[in-house]
Amino acid sequence: MSTLATPSSGDAGHQENYLNHSSGIMNWLITLDHKRIGVMYTIGTSLALLLGGVFALALRTELLTPGKTIMDHDTYNQMFTLHGAVMVFLFIIPSIPAALGNFVLPIMLGQKDVAFPRLNLASFYIWVAGAAFMLYSLFVSPIDTGWTFYTPYSSGHSQTAVISAVTGVFILGFSSIFTGLNFIVTIQKMRPAWMTWFKMPLFLWGLYATSLIQVLATPVLAITLLLLICERAFGVGIFDPTLGGDPVLFQHFFWFYSHPAVYIMVLPAMGVISEVVSVFSRKHIFGYKFIAFSSIAIALLGFLVWGHHMFTSGQSAMASVIFSAITFTVGIPSAIKVFNWLATMYKGSIRLDTPMLYAMSFIFLFTVGGLTGLFLGSLSVDLHLHDTYFVVAHFHYVMVGGTINALFAALFFWWPKMFGRMYNEAMGRVSALLVFLGFNLTFFPQFIMGARGMPRRYYNYLPEFQSFHVASTIGSYVLGIGIVVAFGVLTHAAFRGKIAPANPWGAKTLEWLTQSPPTFHNYEEVPEEAVEAYDFDDLEYDPQTDGYTVPGRAI
Amino acid sequence: MSTAAHGGHDDHHAPFLAHHFEDHGHQFDSGKLGIWAFLGQELLFFSGLFCAYVIYRGNHPEIFLQGSHFLDVKWGAVNTCVLIFSSLTAAWSVRCAQLNNQKGLILTIALTIACAFGFMGIKYVEYSHKIHDGLLPGKYFNPSAQALEKAGLKVPAVNIDGSIVAEPAPAASEGGEVVQDTREPVNRRLHIFFSVYFMMTGLHGIHVVAGILVYLWLLKRAIRGDFNSDYYGPIDFTALYWHLVDLVWIYLFPMLYLIH
Repeated sequence: MSTLATPSSGDAGHQENYLNHSSGIMNWLITLDHKRIGVMYTIGTSLALLLGGVFALALRTELLTPGKTIMDHDTYNQMFTLHGAVMVFLFIIPSIPAALGNFVLPIMLGQKDVAFPRLNLASFYIWVAGAAFMLYSLFVSPIDTGWTFYTPYSSGHSQTAVISAVTGVFILGFSSIFTGLNFIVTIQKMRPAWMTWFKMPLFLWGLYATSLIQVLATPVLAITLLLLICERAFGVGIFDPTLGGDPVLFQHFFWFYSHPAVYIMVLPAMGVISEVVSVFSRKHIFGYKFIAFSSIAIALLGFLVWGHHMFTSGQSAMASVIFSAITFTVGIPSAIKVFNWLATMYKGSIRLDTPMLYAMSFIFLFTVGGLTGLFLGSLSVDLHLHDTYFVVAHFHYVMVGGTINALFAALFFWWPKMFGRMYNEAMGRVSALLVFLGFNLTFFPQFIMGARGMPRRYYNYLPEFQSFHVASTIGSYVLGIGIVVAFGVLTHAAFRGKIAPANPWGAKTLEWLTQSPPTFHNYEEVPEEAVEAYDFDDLEYDPQTDGYTVPGRAI
Repeated sequence: MSTAAHGGHDDHHAPFLAHHFEDHGHQFDSGKLGIWAFLGQELLFFSGLFCAYVIYRGNHPEIFLQGSHFLDVKWGAVNTCVLIFSSLTAAWSVRCAQLNNQKGLILTIALTIACAFGFMGIKYVEYSHKIHDGLLPGKYFNPSAQALEKAGLKVPAVNIDGSIVAEPAPAASEGGEVVQDTREPVNRRLHIFFSVYFMMTGLHGIHVVAGILVYLWLLKRAIRGDFNSDYYGPIDFTALYWHLVDLVWIYLFPMLYLIH
């Protein structure tokens, strides 16, 4: 027997676990336990999602009519800027890695913690500090530059609190870097002896590829923002043409990070989908090595395509052609994943539990988003679509249709492990349906609007677009309700849910083979016996606990 | 590192061995990978500034050539030697730890800190001269007449910010004849050089200060006797960081001071 663990039956509230291991607020605030840090991150990033959502609802409400609806044009600029900045930097970049990655990664490796627990806690507090700076700027003078902070408006002309907001983003960057550093070292140095690279669960491949990007790309954003602050504070003359600078240089620097950043947003999500689709099809993931290598390929290729955000910036035609060509190649590994997930589901024994509903939403919506990315990557087509709602719809399909659906799949999937309690399945499914319907109603009309010429970030618009905007706004309210329902279901479950067994889903990755919630140490000894992560044949269902066990193991 | 005493081990858990590592070697290897990954991202952090330097010097070589005349090569060279020597003491400290030489460890750490303070001291001298001469970054650039004279440039009648020069350039030589001023006029975009100079040396200086703080903490721990031949990871990793800080300066010195 390689694990020492208390029996999986029994009250989650009474058996010793990481939640009741020590009590009091200080034992949470200065914890080194990756699970508690993951829970704190979950709460923090979820609040950020809700805050960013409020800005979205505000700007969508304004767009119900051409001209003024509820706010003036300057406030509108601030709304879309804050929506973007909060969502990108406070929510989506940290979300899956910091919240769920922190919780799950060490247990998936059979370890007691990540390589650098203090660095982990530091990463969380740096996130809080970055959030504080951004919120401060929110109250003093909300930024109106767009989340992309293009110069020379951001470096010289905007009268808003750009420096404090950008300082907040700078600080948040280090939170991301530290998380990435921790994961790289943990995955490389802290695997059980039998867990070679190709025996790792695919979620870890996703997190590893993400971490590579976090460590290599984020420092470039950091220096870019530092240069922006110096330009604004001292007039150094890097980006402002009147001072001898080049505004397009800012765009190059900014997108050199921000394109790889979108792969930070999506690679962990794809890792989640690999886990969920396999478990809920009760079938070995199809094409494991292809999925693993495709994660690395996306990470590497993602560094080479930043210019596709700048086709209309005046960069040379040669550069644009090269960026367009490489952009096409970066779609290939993503497509490989989609085909492999579908092949996994084919002839699988599919259960439509909430995590699977969200995962299936992801596959469909991410595919739409990815395909529309090809439209935008085509140089000639992009000249018409750049800065229109087509772009807005594209990236929301991949970030919301993609990452947010995967986030909810992950939250509903791992919630029983994190809190030892089951959520209400019926209400979970309702949330998935509301999110799916609301999302599509919000963003599909935007593809059409954009192709017909509706520019993004515009306060006023031609009356011919109003029906699309109205549909989109109604959809945004439905989406908002769906997200609130999802959080409501999860919050209720954490406190009042039915006690969960160790392995309610019949999964085979190591976190499911220890109790729910895990003990403080996760595993007293690193498991010595190899476990096949995607082989479900040796699982036995125990109707008493409504959970699964592997004969021969304690759990 | 935190101490741990848990069941499952047959002897008292080694001090400064974190509970999630198998042994000191495991902890050291992991820390080593961690610091190298961190240094990799530090390199990318500085890369933006190096990139800006390459672009602006490539587009405006005359600005950089003129700007470097304002820098004192002597101080730059002294600082380079100071930092290289401090890298030696840093590496030496790792060796002392490996050999369990507690006194040597404390001495070499202290020397490294002293060199770092020396570097910052010289930087302070350089910066204060620049501030005095009005050689500041960006919109604050307003060179004084003395500074321009010292650098061998023609003093304009009107400063870059529009104010009248306090002391107009002397036009007469001995004998009362008016001599043509053949000196180079100050480039009106010269502030770009100083922006780059202050940003690069400033960011580097911040990293030196951070290194000082970490080394002070290590000094305290070394005096306390925390390190030995089994456990000296923090010494090793900090020395690696310090070598990178040194390496960045080794690039900055010729790039800024030795432009010909």
